[in-house]
Amino acid sequence: MMNNEALKSKIQALASDTEFVETGQYLTASVPYRKIHAICKGLKEGADTAFDYLFNLTGIDYLEKNQMAVIYHLESTEFHHIVVLKAIIPTRENPEIESLCDLYAGANFHEREVYDFFGINFKNHPDMRRMFLDEISDNIGHPFRKDYVDEVNIIER
Amino acid sequence: MKQTDFLDNETLELLKQTGGSVMMTTIDDIVNWGRSNSIWPLTFATSCCGIEMMAAGASRHDFARFGIEVYRATPRQADVIVVAGTIVRKMAPVLKRLYDQMADPKYVIAMGACAVSGGPFFYNTYSVIRGVEHVIPVDVYIPGCPPRPEALLYGVMQLQRKIKGESLTVQKDWEKALSEGPLPHEK
Amino acid sequence: MTDTKTPYLEQQEYTINMGPQHPSTHGVLRFVVSLKGETVDKVEPHLGYIHRGIEKMSEKMTYPQIVHLTDRLDYLSAHINNHALCMTIEKALGVEVPERVQYIRTIMDELNRIASHQLWWCAFGMDMGALTCYFYGLRDREKILDIFEESCGSRLLHSYYCPGGLMKDIHPNFKQRVKDFLTYFRKKLPEYDTLLTGNIIMQERTKKIGLMTKEDAVSFGFTGPAGRGSGFSCDVRKHHPYAAYDKVKFTEPLYTEGDTFSRYKVRMDEMWESMNIIEQLIDNIPDGDYQAKMKAVIKLPEGEYMQRVEAARGEFSVFIVSTGDKSPYRIKFRSPNYCNLGAVHHLSKGFKIADLIAIGGSLDLVIPDMDR
Repeated sequence: MMNNEALKSKIQALASDTEFVETGQYLTASVPYRKIHAICKGLKEGADTAFDYLFNLTGIDYLEKNQMAVIYHLESTEFHHIVVLKAIIPTRENPEIESLCDLYAGANFHEREVYDFFGINFKNHPDMRRMFLDEISDNIGHPFRKDYVDEVNIIER
Repeated sequence: MKQTDFLDNETLELLKQTGGSVMMTTIDDIVNWGRSNSIWPLTFATSCCGIEMMAAGASRHDFARFGIEVYRATPRQADVIVVAGTIVRKMAPVLKRLYDQMADPKYVIAMGACAVSGGPFFYNTYSVIRGVEHVIPVDVYIPGCPPRPEALLYGVMQLQRKIKGESLTVQKDWEKALSEGPLPHEK
Repeated sequence: MTDTKTPYLEQQEYTINMGPQHPSTHGVLRFVVSLKGETVDKVEPHLGYIHRGIEKMSEKMTYPQIVHLTDRLDYLSAHINNHALCMTIEKALGVEVPERVQYIRTIMDELNRIASHQLWWCAFGMDMGALTCYFYGLRDREKILDIFEESCGSRLLHSYYCPGGLMKDIHPNFKQRVKDFLTYFRKKLPEYDTLLTGNIIMQERTKKIGLMTKEDAVSFGFTGPAGRGSGFSCDVRKHHPYAAYDKVKFTEPLYTEGDTFSRYKVRMDEMWESMNIIEQLIDNIPDGDYQAKMKAVIKLPEGEYMQRVEAARGEFSVFIVSTGDKSPYRIKFRSPNYCNLGAVHHLSKGFKIADLIAIGGSLDLVIPDMDR
C-alpha cells in the first residue's frame, strides 16, 4: 500500500504540472486533461501502483470559471489505495477529452452518460451516442449544464 | 364491503345517470357481472409501485380472489392496465401504443402518486409527465407512495362497482349527453 | 453455371426487440438483440424509459429532502441508499453518530439485504418458469416488511435514516420480532434449496452460462454478488468498513467459476451471512440517543465528499461537490446496476436467447437505479 507521498511522486513523474490537494478524504490530483490517457495507463501498468478498478466517473460544469471537469476515482484491488484524478477542460464550447475505454471496460457506459448530460465529447470512444435522452423526439440539449433552461417542462420551486 | 363504507358514491350515481336514460336490463346485469369479476391486467410496472403490485398478488393479499386471475403479457388479451410507477417523456409513446393495442372494453388504474400527478418528482425535473391522465384516460386513481396492497384492492373494488354501472345498449357519449340539457339530478 | 457455390438459403442477422414492457417485470429495460439463428451476437441496452433527472433535481433541494429521493433509486435496498447519503453528510460535517444508531442502522441494512435477495429469488424462479418460487419468497418477505412497518412506518421506501441519526427510535417489540424472524427463516431457507437449487432443469440452464473472468469483472466495475461469483473480492463492508461492520465476523462468499450458477449461489450464501450478522448484533444494542445534535439548516462546507456502501446489488456510492450552500452543487450516485449492465453484451455473446433471460435474472437488475 503506497502512502500519499509515494503516489504523489509517481504521478509527478508521469505528468509534471499536476497540483495536489490532500486536505480531503482521498488524494486528489488535478492533472492536465490532454495527458489523462497516458497518466491512467502509467498508473494501471505500474507494478507498485496497479490501479485497475475505476469505480466512479463524474462530469461537472463550472459555469463561473467557464470550465468543465471530469473526475476519475481509481482504486487498486491488490494494494487497496485510492486516488482521485481531476481533469479540467478549459472551455465550455465543444469540450473534448480522451476516452479511457481501452484501459477500463467500465468507462464505456460512464462516458456515454457524461456526454449525454454535459456534452463532453470523448475521442476514440467506440460508440459515442446518447444514453438516456432521446435527441430526435425530445429535442433536448444537455440538461445538467448550469445554464440549461426549459420553460416548458421544468416547474421551478 | 357495504355500500356505505365506500367513498365516492355520488360520482358513481352521476356516472350511472349520464350514461343515458335507459334502465339497466338483465342482460346488462349479467354481462357486467361477468366483466367486473374477471379483470385481467397487463404486466406493466415501471418503478417502486410495481413491487407493491407484485406483493398484492402474492399469498398474503391474494388478489386472485377478486378475479384478477393471471397477468397477461400481451395487451391484446388484457382488460385493465394498472399504471404503477412514474411515466417519463420517453415512455409516454410506448404507453399510448400499449393502450391502443388493447381491445375494448378496457380500463385504466393509475396507481401511486407518480401516476396520479407526478408525485415526488413534480418540481424541478425536465422529463417526468405529471400524471398519466395526460396520455391515456384514467378510470380509478389510487394515491400513496407506494400505496399499500390493500389500497390497490380497494381501487380494484371501486373499478368493479364502476363496471357494474355500465350499459351495453347505450353508447357513452359524454359530450352529447351533457349538451342535451340539464343532467337528471340537476333537474 | 458458376464455379462458386452460392448457398440456397442465406443466414442473415435477425434483430429483435425485447421492448420496454415485457413479462419479466424487471422494469422498463429495452434490449435490442441481434441473433444468428438462435445464438445471440450482440445485445444493446436502451435506457432512459424511467429517467427522472434525480441528480439535477437534487441541486435545488435541501439535504434532508434528498434522502427521500435516494429511497426511490434502488427501491429494494432503500435503507442502504439512505445510509450512504446520511454518512456522506455526517462525514462532511464531522458529526459523530451515537453507537446505538450505528447498530440499528447495520441491523436494518442487513434485514433489507435479506428482503432484497428474497425478491430476487422470486423473480429469478419466475423468469425461468418456476412460478412456485414467487409465492414462497414473497411469503417470507412479508415477515420482514412487518418488522419494518412497526419501526419505520412504511413497508417500502422508508426514509428512516436522517442526517445525524434516525427519525424515531425503534419500537420496543423490535428485538423480539427480529429474533423470531431469525428462528423462522433459518428453517425456511433450506426449503429454497430443495425447491430450486437442486432442480436439474435449473442447473442445466445456469451452469456454464454467462461466463465472466476476474480480470474482466475488475475492468467492467462488475461488483456485488455478481462480481463475487467471478472471484472479484469487492465487498465494501470488508475492505472499507463503516457503521458496525468492523465489530462483527462474517465471511465473503467467493466462487471462481464465473457463471450464472455461481452468482446464484453467492446470493443464497449471502442470506445466511446476513442472518449471522444480525444475530451477533441484536442482543448488544447499546442504550443512548437515537439522534446526534444537528443544526436546523444543514450546509456542507466547501469541498468534495464521497461515501461507498455495499448495496444489495453492488457498490453504491454518493459523491457530493459542495460550495457551502444548503443544496449540493453537483451530486452523483454511482449505481451498481448501471455498471453491471455494461457487461451484459460481454456475458451473453455466443449463448442462446433463452440464456439471455437467465443471465439478466442472475444480474438482478433494477432499472430506476440505472436511469436515476
